[in-house]
This record gives sequence, structure tokens and C-alpha cells, in this order.
Amino acid sequence: MDDIDALEAQSIFILREAFNKFDPIGLLWSLGKDSCVMIWLAKKAFLGRMPFPAVHLDTGKEFPEAYAFRDTYSKEWDLNLIADDCPPIEEVDASLPPASRFAARKSLGLQQAIDRYGFKALITGIRRDEQATRAKERVFSPRGADNSWDFREQPPEFWDQYNTDFPPGTHVRVHPLLHWTEVDIWRYIQRENIPMVPLYYAKDGQRFRSLGEIGITEPIKSNATTISEIINELEATKDPERAGRTMDHETEDSFERLRTMGYL
Amino acid sequence: MKNANVKIRERAFPIVIVGHIDHGKSTLIGRMLYDTGSLPTGKVEELQASCDRRNAPFEWSFVLDALQLERDQAITVDSTQIWFHTETRRYVIIDAPGHREFLRNMVTGAASANAGVIVIDAEQGVSEQTRRHAYLLHLIGIPQVVVAVNKMDLVNYSQERFQAVEAEMKAYLKEIELKAQVMIPVAAMHGDNLGLRSTNMPWYSGPTLIDAIDDFPRAVVATERPFRMPVQDVYRQDGRRLIVGRVESGQLELGSAITVWPTGRSADVVEIKQWAAAKDAKSITTGESVALTLNDELFIERGHVLTVPTARPRSSNSLSVRLFWLSSDPLRQGESLTLKLATAEYDVTIDSIDTVIDVSDLSRHRGTQVPQNGIAEVTLRSRSTITYELFHDLPALGRAVLLDGYDVVGGCIIEGGQDIEIASRNLTAVTQSVKAEERQATNGYPGAVLWMSGLSGAGKSTLAMALQRELFNRGLQVYTLDGDNVRNGLNSDLGFSEEERAENIRRVAEVSKLFSDAGTIVISAFIAPTNAARAQARDIIGDQFHEVYISADMSVCESRDAKGLYAKARSGEINDFTGISSPWEPPENPDLEINTGELTLNESLDRIVTYIEGKILIAKDKALDPSEK
Repeated sequence: MDDIDALEAQSIFILREAFNKFDPIGLLWSLGKDSCVMIWLAKKAFLGRMPFPAVHLDTGKEFPEAYAFRDTYSKEWDLNLIADDCPPIEEVDASLPPASRFAARKSLGLQQAIDRYGFKALITGIRRDEQATRAKERVFSPRGADNSWDFREQPPEFWDQYNTDFPPGTHVRVHPLLHWTEVDIWRYIQRENIPMVPLYYAKDGQRFRSLGEIGITEPIKSNATTISEIINELEATKDPERAGRTMDHETEDSFERLRTMGYL
Repeated sequence: MKNANVKIRERAFPIVIVGHIDHGKSTLIGRMLYDTGSLPTGKVEELQASCDRRNAPFEWSFVLDALQLERDQAITVDSTQIWFHTETRRYVIIDAPGHREFLRNMVTGAASANAGVIVIDAEQGVSEQTRRHAYLLHLIGIPQVVVAVNKMDLVNYSQERFQAVEAEMKAYLKEIELKAQVMIPVAAMHGDNLGLRSTNMPWYSGPTLIDAIDDFPRAVVATERPFRMPVQDVYRQDGRRLIVGRVESGQLELGSAITVWPTGRSADVVEIKQWAAAKDAKSITTGESVALTLNDELFIERGHVLTVPTARPRSSNSLSVRLFWLSSDPLRQGESLTLKLATAEYDVTIDSIDTVIDVSDLSRHRGTQVPQNGIAEVTLRSRSTITYELFHDLPALGRAVLLDGYDVVGGCIIEGGQDIEIASRNLTAVTQSVKAEERQATNGYPGAVLWMSGLSGAGKSTLAMALQRELFNRGLQVYTLDGDNVRNGLNSDLGFSEEERAENIRRVAEVSKLFSDAGTIVISAFIAPTNAARAQARDIIGDQFHEVYISADMSVCESRDAKGLYAKARSGEINDFTGISSPWEPPENPDLEINTGELTLNESLDRIVTYIEGKILIAKDKALDPSEK
């Protein structure tokens, strides 16, 4: 086994634990690189077809390339796609700064999906190396009835024994990619030849390193048009992955506020 | 400062950094990230600006303490993972908090590390928390550590002070059998001996901290051990059953036989199922998550363990474990918990708290409870058979998490067990599906028959009832057979002739044996007047027969005569009354004699309970002494 094999095996183990313990369960598909890798891993874990829905929290503000990708690969990958519209921005806490408020529509969309489909757990593609608050996450992370995250009162989690038994009303986020890094993701995409939204590859000297919605996601300067070039670029850069995500930087604690309120 | 990147394309090496709350772990990590060029562009400037806004001096620990709350309280709340790289390889650092009440978070982080760094304040020296953390690293199986003696700048880079701390720590580590590769004097705030050799401590010639961690070998993967795969789930796909799980040790070729535990059934692996694999798998190996098809539809479920037929796993109902306790409610003897071991879950009870360990001075004492953050050696008992390995042999099958309801309340490593042999069901049909030894292992004591004999009025029934209550209160399965509950039912067809009395005793002996075989402690209270009758009972019941003679002079018995039977016998109203109109042969060599004419009821009860404790309960499974490992 090489180190990519080990990462893959661990994620498959986590996905199988989640599938064994929670019903109904869904996988959040943002159309971004991490959740596409996660779907790929789920297809490996369940031998060809993901046995639960892929949930896209649709703000209506994805890039056209992302929508095209969704339409193609939900069929290609034989996904049971749920793509409901997120509630309108008027329903979001008005005290949040503008981009965060926009992003918070996804939190409402998430709550709506949980209410509508009764998901006991949702699988999401966050990684510890992305952002400081995500570094605190557990692989199986319980949320309160209002979907909030109390990072001070997280249960212990060790020896690959994940917390799977919770009082009624608890909602669980499962994080199969928590131990991966951005470079790991691209090395895996390269090895497995996993299709990606083309916006990740440079065009006219720019590419998206982290893909969000129109208006709150900025591309980076880049000439990386292939996966190898992206990996080389990442190994040389010292810029953070989410530098292009407006809501992370609006105020010092804006992303933390989003996350404790239930954002991914 | 980014290095030649060949090594970066390798999984990060996990290390945990522990230490007392104020000994400077986070500072050390923040500075190490900076020195190795691992910080994102602008991070230090961003934090500097943040500090300026707060009118607080910049601290390296802020790099890690990125959450608002932590900056305000200046402590690390939860374990954080941080990636960095040296010229040799990539690392993921687990920063474990030092706060005593946050032990759970430390364990959460530290349990996945391959190596540890223990940070000690040169001025403060080895603290109780330092010792606790070192002990826990040892307990959860961190195989290698280095010690960083920090804040050397505060002791004027004194070699003498360093050596004092070094000696103190070495002595402790030696006692817990945790070997530190090296101890390094550092001043994290200024970067001395982290990445760069300190010019302030020319007396130190050992490695820098970065050099020392680069020297840690990767953990050895258990590929050389016999094949073990805990079953995670069983899927059905295209009419085939897929047994899925992660290989925890060894390797297996396609076509090989496996045996399932605890059922003992065997079958051959006929397919290794994959999706989008580069090539068809012909074998599976340690660490892989696999899906297997077998040539036989065996009963297999989550929690079972697949092994090679030639190397069976350990099986037991009674485990000796070393545990750490995380709950604020102390652990008490007799408590019922859930044990999660690999993919299995078992209901267990705390059979005994054998030793409570004080990690500050490593003293060991007996205790009735284990407090929060306490460490103890405990015997666990399970109703169902636990398939396991010793932690020392295979950590993945030798450690477990303890749950109380929904809450994780502790973790333990298995150091011994009262192993039982599981008959392989693939061989011939076994007459007994559950053996007496298994029942004994489950119950914690063997079935037994206390055969009380004595004259009418000697006090058999009174003592039997008191004894039954006493044993029941102790949680033992106990039942009393006496004239009332046997003669009215099973033996209602029998009278009191010599033959019928003999038949009565024979049947009572057979029933007693059945109860005893089923694991119950039986109290049989019958007159059983002759040596022949009691010898027959002993023959029927076998080793579990304990003859208890309730002796009292006939004059004493006759004077008690609660039911007026002696008077009726004397007057001839009752025939065949033992001792008067029918023979009475006192037992010649009873296992225990209790003279109720001389002893009070309580004294009599004490005698018989002492006997039971010494002769019956002593046979209770004893966990193997971990020191005999």
C-alpha cells in the first residue's frame, strides 16, 4: 500500500461505518473537487453505486460550468440526485456581513434538506487542512437540533471508534476526507482520473482553487492547465486554499460564526 | 523555504505534542511552523495585526489558537491538527491541550499519532500533568517520544538546570517503560534548537528537535502477523453476499480459506470485489478496506472476525484491561458498559477493579472506584464471547472504547484474558453447544449443590432460606429445593416408605444436578437419612456435590419441634419419622458440619458462606496477571 492507498482505505472505512449506522443518510455534493472525490470513494466503498442520495444545496448561483458538470455526472455516476433550491436570502440573519449572509443560504438549505428528507446524518467533504476551525472537527460530528456545532463540547473520538449513538434529535456530520490535504486530493484525482469542473484548470492566466458561487468566489492567478501543473503549483504556494472565498475574510470571526451556525 | 518536494508526496507522519498547560507547546509548534517555512503567506502578519487591535503582545501560539475563544482565554481548547514539512518529510502535528479536564481531547488527538513530543518548562520542571501525559502516551501505545525542555531562556540557558529536569524525567520514563529517544534543551520563543542549533547552549551537542523527529521511524505495519479482518458489514449485490471490512493484520491470497469467529465456520474466498481498480486484486493486505465473496453462505454479521484457519484469535468472556476513565462519574465495580472493540460491541460489567494507579508517583492500590482521568487495571466480564488479541500483539484488536449509554466514558487496552476454547463447528457435531466451563466463565462461578442433611428441626430450612437470600443479594443465581416444593409436585406420587424415600432422594439429586449444570447454586434441604442415600446423591451430582451436615442433638430438635411433629411421632400419629420410628445415620465425612444447637443463625450463616467463598467461588475465573505476560 502506498500513502494514497492508505488515505483511500481509511475513507472507505469511514463511509461504510456511516452507511451501517445511519439511515437515512445523504452525501452533500457541492460540485467541488472534494465532494467529487468523495462520491468516487463512495462508489468504491459500495462497489459501483452510491446507495444513498447526493444532495446539492442549490443557491441558483453556481457557475454555468458547474451546473453542466452536475447534469452530466449525476447521470454518468448513476446518482440519486436531490437538488432543491435553498431558501431566499431574506430568511438569513441580517447581522452577517454580505458574503457570509449569502453563504448562509446554504446553511438554511441544509436544514431544509434535513427537515424534508429526515436525514439522520450527512456526509460532507471538509478537510482539516482547509481552515483552522475545520481542524477541530471530529470524523463523526454531532450537531444540535438546530444544526449548531459546539466545538467546546465535542465527544472523544479515538482508535477509529466513531460516535454513532446519540440521543434523539441529534444530527450527525460525517467527514470521510478530514485527514486528506489539498495536495492529496489532487494526487488522487490524478491517479483515479476523476472528472472535475473545468474551472479548476487555468484559462487566461486564472483558475479557481476553491470553487464556490458566483459573486463570492474569486479565481487565483495561475497557468496550471493540467493536474500535474496544479500539484506543482500547490507544492510551491504558501497562499491558503480558501483565499478566494470572500466570506472567510470579511471579519476575523466570520467563518467561525458561519460554522457554529451550521455552515459546512 | 519550500523544500525539494519528492518527500511531500508521501502521507504525513502524525506526531502528538503534549505537556503541561503553561509549558509552551503551542508556542513551540507555532515557531516550528515558522522556522520550517510551513506557514501560509500573511498568517503571521494577520495575527500580528489582530494582536495590535487587541493591544496584546504577539505570541507564536496564536498561530494555532486560531479560534476567537481560544485567543481570549489563551488556552488550547481542543486538539488541533496542523500540517508542516521538514526537508525530510511531511508531518501532521496533533496539538493536545494540557488542561486536566480536557483529557478526552488529548486522547482524541494522541491516539492516532506515531510518535510523541513531551514539552517541559525548564523552570517548572516535571509536573503532575507531564507525568500523566507521558503515562497516557505509553498507555495508548505511542511507541516513541522525545522530550523538549522548553523556556531555557528563562533559566539563562543553564546546563545544570537542564540536567536536573532531564534526570527527573528520565527516572519517571524508566519506571513506565517509555523510552525517550533524546531530551533536547530548547527556547521555543526564540527558536533555539528547534530547527536551528542554539548558539546560547554550546554545551548541548545532541540533535535539534526537527532532527530528532525526522529520525522517528514509521510505525511498523502488521503485515507479518496472521490474517485478521473484523467484519464491518455484509452487503448483498447482484445476488452475491459481500463481506466488507478492513484488514487489520496479515495478508490473504484469493482462493484461501478463512474462518469466522466466534462461530468457527470456514469457507474459501472466491472473489475480491472492487470498483474502478487499476487491476484485479489477487490478494489483500493490512490496511486495505476490502469486499470479499465466499463460496459458502455462512452466518456472518458485523462484529465477527475473519482469520486464517490455522491461527485462531483469542476468545474470552473475561478480560484484564488497563483503562483510562474519562467520565465525571467515577467507575464502580458492577457497573454495566458497552465495549466497542474493532467493529464489535459487547455488553460488559466491571467484574472487579483490581488496581488503581496513581500516575504522579506510580503507586498502585486497591480501590472501589476509578475517578475521572484515573487509570486502573480492571477485569471486564461479558455474557457473549469476545474475539480479541492482546494489545501488545495487535493493537487494532487489543484496544476498546467504553460507552455508558450514548457517552464515551473511557478506553482500555487488553493485557490478558481467561481464554476459552471454541469448538470448530466444521468438525463433528458437538454434543454440548455450551459447556459447563463456558457457563462458568460467563457467570463467574460454577454451578454447585449444597446438600444439607440433618434431623427434622435441625434448622435446615431456616438456614437454607437465609443462605438463599444472602447469595441472591450477592448477585449469584441460587435456588432452594426442599420438601415443600418437591414433594407437592415432582414427587407427589411418592410416600414415605424406605423405597419411596430412596426414590425421592434420587429424583432430588437428579434435579439438583440439572440446576447445577445450568449454572445455578442449588441448596437442597432434605433429611436424607442414610449414608447410602447421600452416597447415591453424591454419585449422581459428581464434583459439584457439597455435603453440609446440619447437626443438632435430637433433644435440641425435639425441644424446638415448631411443627409439633416429634410429639405426633412419639404418640404414633406419624409413622416412619426419622430418628424415632425410622433410621437416622449421621453423615460420616461431611464437607461441612454446622451445629445449630451451639451456633446462632447468623453464626451458622457465616460458617456456610465462608465455606462457599472458599470452595465454590474460588473457582471463579482469575484474569491472568498482566505482569506474567
